[in-house]
Amino acid sequence: MGGKTEAANGPTKSPAAAAKPDLLPASPTLPSLLSDHLKSLKLKTKQQELLIRVSLLGLVYVLAFVTRLFSVLRYESMIHEFDPYFNYRTTLFLTEKGFYEFWNWFDYESWYPLGRIVGGTLYPGLMLTAALIYWTLRFLRFAVHIREAVNTGSLAWALGSAFGYFYMVSAWGGYVFIINLLPLYVLVLLITGRYSMRLYVAYNCMYVLGMLLAMQIRFVGFQHVQSGEHMAAMGVFFLMQVFYFLDWVKHLLNDSKLFQAFLRITVTTAVGVGAVALGVGTASGYISPWTGRFYSLLDPTYAKDHIPIIASVSEHQPTAWSSFMFDFHILLFLFPAGLYFCFKRLSDATIFIVMYGLTSMYFAGVMVRLILVATPAVCLISAIAVSATVKNLTLLVRAKSKVANSGAGKGASSGKASSKSKNFCTDGIFDKQGLPDQSMPFQRNGAIALLVGAFYLLSRYATHCTWVTSEAYSSPSIVLAARGAHGNRVIFDDYREAYFWLRQNTPPDAKVMSWWDYGYQITAMGNRTVIVDNNTWNNTHIATVGRAMSSYEDEAYDIMRSLDVDYVLVVFGGVTGYSSDDINKFLWMVRIGGGVFPVIKEPDYLVNGEYRVDKGAAPKMLNCLMYKLSYYRFGELTTEYGKPSGYDRARGVEIGNKDVKLEYLEEAFTTSNWIVRIYKVKPPNNRWSTAAGHCCVQVQD
Amino acid sequence: MEAPAGLRLALVFAVLVHFSLLPTSYSLSSQDLQIVSAERRIDLTSHITRVYLTLKVENTGTSPPASEILLAFPPTEVDHIALLKAAVTVGKKKKKSYLPLDVKPSEGPEAPNETKFFTVLLLNPLSVGESLTLEVLYVLTHSLEPFPLEISQSEPQLVYYHDSAILLSPYHIKQQITVIKTPSTKVESFSRVEPTDHTGTELKYGPYEGRSPYSFSPIIIHFENNNPFAVVEELVREVEISHWGSLQITEHYKLVHAGAQHKGVFSRVDYQSRPSLSGVSSFKHLIARLPPRVHSVYYRDEIGNISSSHLRKDSRKSELEIEPRYPLFGGWKATFVIGYGLPLQDFLFESSDGRRYLNFTFGCPLAETVVDKLTIKVVLPEGSKNPFAIVPFPVEQSLETSYSYLDVVGRTVVVLEKKNVVPEHNSPFQVYYNFNPICMLAEPLMLASVFFFLFVACVAYLHIDLSIRK
Repeated sequence: MGGKTEAANGPTKSPAAAAKPDLLPASPTLPSLLSDHLKSLKLKTKQQELLIRVSLLGLVYVLAFVTRLFSVLRYESMIHEFDPYFNYRTTLFLTEKGFYEFWNWFDYESWYPLGRIVGGTLYPGLMLTAALIYWTLRFLRFAVHIREAVNTGSLAWALGSAFGYFYMVSAWGGYVFIINLLPLYVLVLLITGRYSMRLYVAYNCMYVLGMLLAMQIRFVGFQHVQSGEHMAAMGVFFLMQVFYFLDWVKHLLNDSKLFQAFLRITVTTAVGVGAVALGVGTASGYISPWTGRFYSLLDPTYAKDHIPIIASVSEHQPTAWSSFMFDFHILLFLFPAGLYFCFKRLSDATIFIVMYGLTSMYFAGVMVRLILVATPAVCLISAIAVSATVKNLTLLVRAKSKVANSGAGKGASSGKASSKSKNFCTDGIFDKQGLPDQSMPFQRNGAIALLVGAFYLLSRYATHCTWVTSEAYSSPSIVLAARGAHGNRVIFDDYREAYFWLRQNTPPDAKVMSWWDYGYQITAMGNRTVIVDNNTWNNTHIATVGRAMSSYEDEAYDIMRSLDVDYVLVVFGGVTGYSSDDINKFLWMVRIGGGVFPVIKEPDYLVNGEYRVDKGAAPKMLNCLMYKLSYYRFGELTTEYGKPSGYDRARGVEIGNKDVKLEYLEEAFTTSNWIVRIYKVKPPNNRWSTAAGHCCVQVQD
Repeated sequence: MEAPAGLRLALVFAVLVHFSLLPTSYSLSSQDLQIVSAERRIDLTSHITRVYLTLKVENTGTSPPASEILLAFPPTEVDHIALLKAAVTVGKKKKKSYLPLDVKPSEGPEAPNETKFFTVLLLNPLSVGESLTLEVLYVLTHSLEPFPLEISQSEPQLVYYHDSAILLSPYHIKQQITVIKTPSTKVESFSRVEPTDHTGTELKYGPYEGRSPYSFSPIIIHFENNNPFAVVEELVREVEISHWGSLQITEHYKLVHAGAQHKGVFSRVDYQSRPSLSGVSSFKHLIARLPPRVHSVYYRDEIGNISSSHLRKDSRKSELEIEPRYPLFGGWKATFVIGYGLPLQDFLFESSDGRRYLNFTFGCPLAETVVDKLTIKVVLPEGSKNPFAIVPFPVEQSLETSYSYLDVVGRTVVVLEKKNVVPEHNSPFQVYYNFNPICMLAEPLMLASVFFFLFVACVAYLHIDLSIRK
């Protein structure tokens, strides 16, 4: 049962797929039917166990994989989101040019005119894996190995986890979460007095090796010992040394009084030295302060006030309750139950699970995208809850049935059970607890009812998960599907239409300016140089684009000339009613642009704090470049029967400026549903322009 | 095609001047054949020019019977000839039938200004006093020259066609007529060589009487032609034979609109709301004619599936209507891949000597399309020996080796290359090879043995107790 719950949960776009299997050996319950069936096969215990484990693991993997195929079946095999296009492109480069070329790759096609040193600014794990497994672009990240490292305390596992960590570091920026979670865990263990030699071995080995390996990733580099985010891990590392040292001294001294004094001195010195080192490091700038993303994790309102570029990403928004419900379904209720069971049987491993679950839950509440991190923890804890409940219930049911049979049968069964491994908990627990009280006549019926209920819930959950995967998480953002007037499926493939047009019909060295969301896609699918892309490393550059988009056309033209822009690409949903278009993202452009260039002021684009595009819109709004490019000649078009021409279906209003004239740009291409519009920047007029005076706005960098 | 009109005219005049100075020196070589009547029909309705020529040739001389007839072309036209076919008519009226004749390029007699010749080899020599009727078809590509070179979205496409009102021939022509068919009545201008007549979509030059050999009279016709100028710059067709029952075909296209270049803006509003006035020379869909019983058809490009295609199947043929991602205006390009599977038994046969042979259609499945460079790769199954291809027209042949799933020694690939391919080239060709059916079993056996050993290893692992303690 445990296997099924988790597998069905796999699709929620999570690293859980890889994380789950580690849990399985620990999650004990199996459908009694299956075990009965297996008994009849008369295999040895070891064989049975192996068979069940292998087949369950296999099933989980297959299910996790198969659910991901939903999108391929419903749409086609392609990359659906924005970011993976970069991974795809780099992997392609890696497989074509080899590792060293890749490591030293300077990408001219993005961040024109700055370029981007790709080798030094990415987490290469994914590309390397993909290059190894070739096109299989799968986000295989894993973290839970670390738990086992403590369980067995073996050096080999710690090494394994160190490599696991290395892999994680190389694959994903979210590794910072792990590096902070682990010290926290160790700290809790220390405080609760569960310190042991194996913890010391495992953590030290993991930290040192993991750190050294992580430094091999150029993007991470010395950040590992310098940045504030990694300080916690380092601090705990030193604390461990002190602790071990104390332990050793205690062992040597054998005198509690002397030891108390010594303890006081060492702890004070250690803490003092640590604090001073940290203070000096931060003050001298050697230890870099925390990055904005990290702050926004701890304080959800931080980004909104200080870094609009982080706040502008929808993935960074706080999670809504509905999306929690949508993603976790019954797991949301099972989670606290699981926590309860964890606390009931407190051990090193469960402490880790509890901490992992709680912290990730908090972070998931802060940022939508971190639900991914929470998923494995939630699955794990819920699985514990389910298995514990089902275990207890089956116990009741079986006990009754066995009493009804005969004493001899009971004896044989318990004898058999004790010979089995502890993983067969159904029997194991039964053996320990003995027969339940027979005085409650409705107990059995009640238990059966509850069991049926639980199975019903779980099956509903599985259905829900399948539905969520196929409906919500398998629709690509690059291809839009809608229902036509006759119920048939209509596909809006405008993005690719535009990108392919760029690829085929523009000069190979053309530079395309667009909002950064589309940067990776333009470089990967359109094969053209972009000004900014999804790797938002240079805020000023993005702000320059934001400024161009929110300026008047002549001002924007100067900026575009200074950036050598040949084409401008905007996304417009007014014809189709596609709401995540550039007009709806426009306020972020204004904010980000205004954050660097104070000429751009947000209130200029608002009317009484309200964002409008109709007749009542602010004059600056009606004449800025983004408005003009989006609505150029839109006023002539009737989009909906019974509405005036120029009716914007995405915002449900008639646009305010129907007579848009372009002076410095011309329409180069508009896709069939108008979703992507590309404009060509005209060469400068061949005359002694009076505009020469204010030409070339300097781009500060 | 690209040669400017002025240069071409200069050349033509040079030829004429040459003729007038030395009128007799060439007629010697033309033996004693003469053309009693010549009728030429030039079809300009699409971007592929087709010329149907009917010649009545008579041997009037005293010398031995003539076994070949020469066809003359100006050098600029020769490069555009994609196909040249000749046939002789046998029988009268109702029993009339055509016997195809061999045609080959030849040096011919010494001729003014690099006139090029093709020799038609007659089945029976034409003896003195006899006559025969020759039917000639030749197809020209890239012979329509857009003018103006660049047009905007709202303008129609106008093209030039250059030719001679009088048929270029090494023989004396007693009577001749040329009829030119244009796609519409919109003819901007045309040269007059009296008598010239323009009615509807037809332009008639002639009849002209008694023209001496190598006479030439250049004409230019400037007319509207909005037919899709669909040119595939490069087409690679891969035909993979699997003896397990299917033929997998993958076709890589590099399509371009070879008409007048698109200039200025592309306005979606105009294109959507006024389709009859806006972008008339552009095209947005093409039809590919595929064999019947086609299955697993796909249409995609480098960035994924293209959802705009329709397949219609009946018992005789399949029609795949494809739409590129965007309408193609002059100069715009699109690359895409079409793939499909076919049942093997329709195409693979065994000849009497035990060889297998594939019988497949040459050319490009897209209707009314010129292919500048066509490569057909026939991938034979692993273990095939002694392959060779038989193609009804000259092509370049070579062999390659390719590797697919589970291949050990690789597959032999027969590569056929041809430039300047027109729909008339869609005729069957054969690839013969020797194949031992045992080779079919190699790959399944490999797979089976791998799994077998895997399971054996598992069984062994479970039965051996590796622990030291007892």
